[in-house]
Amino acid sequence: MTDNLIEIKNLAFSYGTRPILNNVNMAMSRGKVIAVMGGSGSGKTTLLRLIGGEIKPSGGHVKVADQIVHHLSRDELFKLRRKMGMLFQFGALFTDISVFDNVAFQIREHTTLPESMVRDLVLMKLQAVGLRGAHHLMPAELSGGMARRVALARSIALDPMLVMYDEPFTGLDPISLSVIGNLIRRLTDALGMISIVVTHDVQESLKIVDYVYFLADGVIAAQGTPQEVKNSVAPFVHQFVHGEEDGPVPFHYPAQSYQKDLALENFVA
Amino acid sequence: MRNRIVVSIQAIGHRTIDSIWRLGVASRFFVWVLLKSTTSFLRFGLVVREIYFVGVLSLIIILVSGLFVGMVLGLQGYETLQKYGSESAVGTLVALSLVRELGPVMAALLFASRAGSAITAEIGLMKATNQLAAMGMMAVDPIARVVAPRFWAGVISMPFLAAMFSVMGVFGGYLVTVVFIGVDNGSFWSQMQNAVDFRYDIVNGVIKSCFFGVAVTAIAVFEGFDAPPTAEGVSGATTRTVVTSSLVILGLDFVLTSFMFRGVS
Repeated sequence: MTDNLIEIKNLAFSYGTRPILNNVNMAMSRGKVIAVMGGSGSGKTTLLRLIGGEIKPSGGHVKVADQIVHHLSRDELFKLRRKMGMLFQFGALFTDISVFDNVAFQIREHTTLPESMVRDLVLMKLQAVGLRGAHHLMPAELSGGMARRVALARSIALDPMLVMYDEPFTGLDPISLSVIGNLIRRLTDALGMISIVVTHDVQESLKIVDYVYFLADGVIAAQGTPQEVKNSVAPFVHQFVHGEEDGPVPFHYPAQSYQKDLALENFVA
Repeated sequence: MRNRIVVSIQAIGHRTIDSIWRLGVASRFFVWVLLKSTTSFLRFGLVVREIYFVGVLSLIIILVSGLFVGMVLGLQGYETLQKYGSESAVGTLVALSLVRELGPVMAALLFASRAGSAITAEIGLMKATNQLAAMGMMAVDPIARVVAPRFWAGVISMPFLAAMFSVMGVFGGYLVTVVFIGVDNGSFWSQMQNAVDFRYDIVNGVIKSCFFGVAVTAIAVFEGFDAPPTAEGVSGATTRTVVTSSLVILGLDFVLTSFMFRGVS
């Protein structure tokens, strides 16, 4: 086995004729928190879905623990997924069962642990995200931020080797944001796992990550350590880190001239 | 003009090909559900939970509808039969109409509207809110864990609901004709007992309801699983479940009836 738990080589993906990712190369080793940043529609979530084997690439491959994900049979893929966790953008909690049962779901499905031990494990995971007291609530009774924290507890329920977080900081208050950021860091260090964090929250993520990839138009536009990112003078990185409107990343979706759309091209002030 | 004709023919062709393609996808999905049903039987508690939602919670509408259908049958039957002096045969008419046709068909139509639409909406919303994807990422197959238990719950519930519909219908007919109108109690039940054959009438009715159960729940779970993950997508899928199920029930009823009852007694 190589040092890198995840290797992404020449990865390409397109929805029909619309290319999303093109020639993406990444390497991630154990104990690291990796951030993937980029504008909306830059292919970040698609990248996570490719790593999880939810969709198949149109070129290249993703290798997790020396196995090419899209070559695996369904059973082999499910076996690999038992060592993965994924935090979805809006939590994706099961709405017909309680917070406790949501976190216990994977433990009950994949282990034969006695219920008393399941209870202890679930309460420990909920304690880590600050929601032990909310274990009896139903998902509909939670705020968006709380739901995301429960989803985080659920994704780490079986102490996986890889956890993918899709926008973990969105909708969190400043205290929760800081606690969750530190939790991701501590879990990664303690379990020697890989955390891949897809995020827009530059300032918070730079505090906890080891390496950053910037995606733009389906390719890696820049990469580096948080220090390199902060000091970067590359126009793309500078614009993104400082949230500037002007720069190589367009704010506006491509469209015809504004004046033409408003039928003002012949208007003289 | 010629161009418009070509475009129209193309549109018909596209729709036909799409429909056949969708039927193929649905068939493959159905086989997949059957193959993934082991979990449902090994952990039967999952099915029992769904039987509560699709079966037990449908009881009220089934029982009340059965009662009224039986009452109307009794009233109409008495109205016609008393012209020929055969009002004591009203029990036979009510019972045969219910166990052969109305019980299975009406119960299946109500089941499609009440439980089928709920199954589609639930699975469709689970898909739209990424719950199915999350389950898959947790290495739990959504077809085995979500779809198959609902499918088997529907298949198991349907014959019982149809039977209860018929029982309530017979009771409704008894209420109207014997209790309210005054038809002789003894001849009402004895004529019914003589005319209704267990194998020929009741078993055939149960077989029909089993077929309807499979059809309605298969359509409901497929439409939910195949629904586009949007509000319009889920609402469209729910409508399609009710419409398609109703048409399939009525069409299937004719096919089954033509095999079961061909004047042979």
